[in-house]
Amino acid sequence: MSDNGHQSDKGSAVLELKRQDFVSDQEVRWCPGCGDYSILAQTQKTLPELGIAREKFVFVSGIGCSSRFPYYVNTYGFHGIHGRAPTIATGIKASRPDLSVWVITGDGDSLSIGGNHFMHVIRRNVDINLILFNNRIYGLTKGQYSPTSEFGKKTKSTPQGSIDYPINPLCVALANEATFVARSVDVDVKHLAVVLTQAAQHKGVSFVEVFQNCNIFNDGAFKHFTEREIREERTINLEHGKPLIFGKDKNKGIRLNGLKLEVVELGGGIAEADLLVHDIHSPEPSLAYMLARMDYPDFPVPVGVFRSVAKPTYEELLEAQVEDSITRMGPGSLEKLLHSGDTWVVD
Amino acid sequence: MTTAAEIENKGDKEVVELQNVTIRFAGDSGDGMQLTGTQFTNTSAILGNDISTLPDFPAEIRAPAGSIPGVSGFQISFSSRDIRTPGDEPNVLVAMNPAALKVNLPDLERAGIIIVNSDSFSELNLKKAGYDKNPLEDGTLSGYRVISIPLSSLNANALKELNLPKKEAERCKNFFALGMMYWLYDRPLEPTLKWIESKFLKKPQIHAANSQALRAGFNYADTTELFTTYYRVRKANLSPGKYRNITGNEATALGFIAASQVSHLPLFYASYPITPASDILHELSRHKNFGVKTFQAEDEISAMGAAIGAAFAGHLALTGTSGPGVALKSEAIGLAVMTELPVVIANIQRGGPSTGLPTKTEQADLLQAMFGRNGECPVAIVAPATPADCFRMAFEAFRIATMFMTPVFYLSDGYLGNGSEPWKIPNVDDLPKIDIKFRTDPEGFYPYLRDEKTLSRPWAIPGTPGLEHRIGGIEKQHITGNVSYHPENHEFMVRLRAEKIARIANFVQDVEVFGKSEGKVLVVGWGGTYGAITSAVESLQEKGKSVSSIHLRYLNPFPKNLGEVLSRFEKVLVPELNLGQLQLLIRARYLVDAIGLHKVKGRPFKISELTEKIEELL
Repeated sequence: MSDNGHQSDKGSAVLELKRQDFVSDQEVRWCPGCGDYSILAQTQKTLPELGIAREKFVFVSGIGCSSRFPYYVNTYGFHGIHGRAPTIATGIKASRPDLSVWVITGDGDSLSIGGNHFMHVIRRNVDINLILFNNRIYGLTKGQYSPTSEFGKKTKSTPQGSIDYPINPLCVALANEATFVARSVDVDVKHLAVVLTQAAQHKGVSFVEVFQNCNIFNDGAFKHFTEREIREERTINLEHGKPLIFGKDKNKGIRLNGLKLEVVELGGGIAEADLLVHDIHSPEPSLAYMLARMDYPDFPVPVGVFRSVAKPTYEELLEAQVEDSITRMGPGSLEKLLHSGDTWVVD
Repeated sequence: MTTAAEIENKGDKEVVELQNVTIRFAGDSGDGMQLTGTQFTNTSAILGNDISTLPDFPAEIRAPAGSIPGVSGFQISFSSRDIRTPGDEPNVLVAMNPAALKVNLPDLERAGIIIVNSDSFSELNLKKAGYDKNPLEDGTLSGYRVISIPLSSLNANALKELNLPKKEAERCKNFFALGMMYWLYDRPLEPTLKWIESKFLKKPQIHAANSQALRAGFNYADTTELFTTYYRVRKANLSPGKYRNITGNEATALGFIAASQVSHLPLFYASYPITPASDILHELSRHKNFGVKTFQAEDEISAMGAAIGAAFAGHLALTGTSGPGVALKSEAIGLAVMTELPVVIANIQRGGPSTGLPTKTEQADLLQAMFGRNGECPVAIVAPATPADCFRMAFEAFRIATMFMTPVFYLSDGYLGNGSEPWKIPNVDDLPKIDIKFRTDPEGFYPYLRDEKTLSRPWAIPGTPGLEHRIGGIEKQHITGNVSYHPENHEFMVRLRAEKIARIANFVQDVEVFGKSEGKVLVVGWGGTYGAITSAVESLQEKGKSVSSIHLRYLNPFPKNLGEVLSRFEKVLVPELNLGQLQLLIRARYLVDAIGLHKVKGRPFKISELTEKIEELL
């Protein structure tokens, strides 16, 4: 493609990139106090550290508050239509594996209108970073319940309470054999930056759920476990190779009892060695699935990386088929192709 | 059969020379009628006849054996003259069972030939076909020349020595029938023998059985006293060149690959399987050595979205589907209009609405292509006229899409897609140029700054330093492409997008009149009706009637001279396989009292239906 001005894989200089290079000239128009600001800031902080030239990034989104995100990042960006960002991203990544493709989406965008594409982009293991801002509400349409809203939630469209059972995004991702699954929280900026970096570094589909507070329509949806003073008691940070311990005094843990997880207190006959040791590389996703289902108040809310396994990506496999065809059949000749099959000559 | 030009004797059998023959092969979906028809077609093409074919098969893969819904047919017309349609009425019907006879008899010409497999006329099969009495015996067929042959038992006998299971042997009977037809129409066995060999290379027994059945059918026809005459159709007088037989869907796929080769951009095809468009996916997926990437998406919307993504990323982006799929893609097509990206949407139309008639042809998606989206959302629309023309128009779709940075609808249909004709293979060097210039210079770059002539915006693909920009579905500010809700800007942009599409007319050919440039009646066609319209008009012109025709390959925008051409005729007739969609557009645009001729039976026009209507207007 060089004759069309296509850029080489090297890209422009990457070393001197700074956070400011990823800030676009567009005025950010989220509501003051929205959790999206924090995710934007952490992303802009993460991008210069990935060793990727700025022009190689593409941010793709659907519709919703979070989906305005690409306008604010000074990279290539595509603000798509509702629920379809994974399809656009698949087209970009499958045709141009050299690009770093990010999908910014929300709970309605990904799990309601775009549920199908969400599932398939994950199962295909397209090497994109899929960041889901979960605020458990429809913000842009001004406050209807979403597929992650809790049962019984009273909103504008459910004055008597929602009768929909909520969906757990992590479980959907794991059921579709996502090769990287993580969760973070908008207010825990350090944790968020680490998770985003890990997601970016993973080859294959990287799914990150970020609990994000909508201070207008669903304020405080996560504060019962994210507020600073209770966070350590009510959340657990999953760390690879380490036993699952949580609590202010690091005195509680998660143990596997038969086919169930349970919270135990350390001491009194229960030692660290009895606890479940987190293994993000386990090929079997069932434990990750059980962890993903933990929720307050029965369990601490898990954050961190649930799963990270290696598997050939969609675009790699597609490229390999192209290469294989060229090896087997030789590079395509249009002349030969047009003259293939049974031909005859009329004089 | 048209005329017996000369008669000669060869051995004890007589040969009669004919100009034109139309045969319909009909049987159960499992009887291999499509294969039989295709083989007869290819052999006739290689022999140098002009040909035109019409496969007609049910949507059910295997409806109950012997039933009416399970009947599958393949019609081929072959000629020593230039022909454009698969024929109004078959001269010969090959019916493998009573149901096939029942379904197809009404179409057969008066006094036509019927060749039946008498073995299949059992009480049970007659009942399944809804016959109270055996039509071979009760006089139903008295007006025809019936050749009743115990095909199944003859075939079984011929294959006896191979010791095949009975079912396996029975499956070869279509080759027995084909062999008979080859004898009857003086065609060589070699092309089909060669095909059988390559197809069943790894199954020597099936290979032997099919070849033997073919030869046995040929020899049977040669020796039996049922046939005293055989027929010859000489080479057609086609213009010099190298030819191959091609279906519309094959030609479509090749046209897209050619556009990719000429533009030096890899082709990205995203599609969800749907009848009758799936063959394009099958064909393109076999040509990855051209750098073609095919993506079988999870649904129609995803296919459209992926095509948009690939277009943004700098590939030749294509999606293919049929009407119901277009309905699902509509919102995303609007996104491609707003983001002004080059995407080709191939719609191989079928009978609608809803699931409609999946395997039958219709032209009822023109207005869907034209208007089927929210907002003022203009796209370019092109349509091929014949199976071979699919190559040229598929190529043309990409030329326009990339030149104008716009989605382009390519409207083919089931009749064109599955039908075939001889294609004079074009010279690769003579193909039009598709010059792609990606923007690379950051100096003075704005995503929506336009080319003065075409009004197209720059194609600035990710990976280009200094051109980082954001696009999307929200209204764009003129030049900068930033989000804008400004009322004046919105109206300006809506008009600009419309103007851009209108300007395509400056870069496409004027429409050519077939016949005199003025007169009483002008017949205006589009899409797959070309063959029937042109044949009808030609036959009337030969009788000295004042009728001409034009065929529109560009439906949006219309060719620049269309209004002026229309004005030179007293009456304008628009025949369509819908209830008047082009007619509506022409009336609205040119204030011409266009008369419609409408047919929605899932079948193409017969030439006679058109001549009748034209004569009524003359």
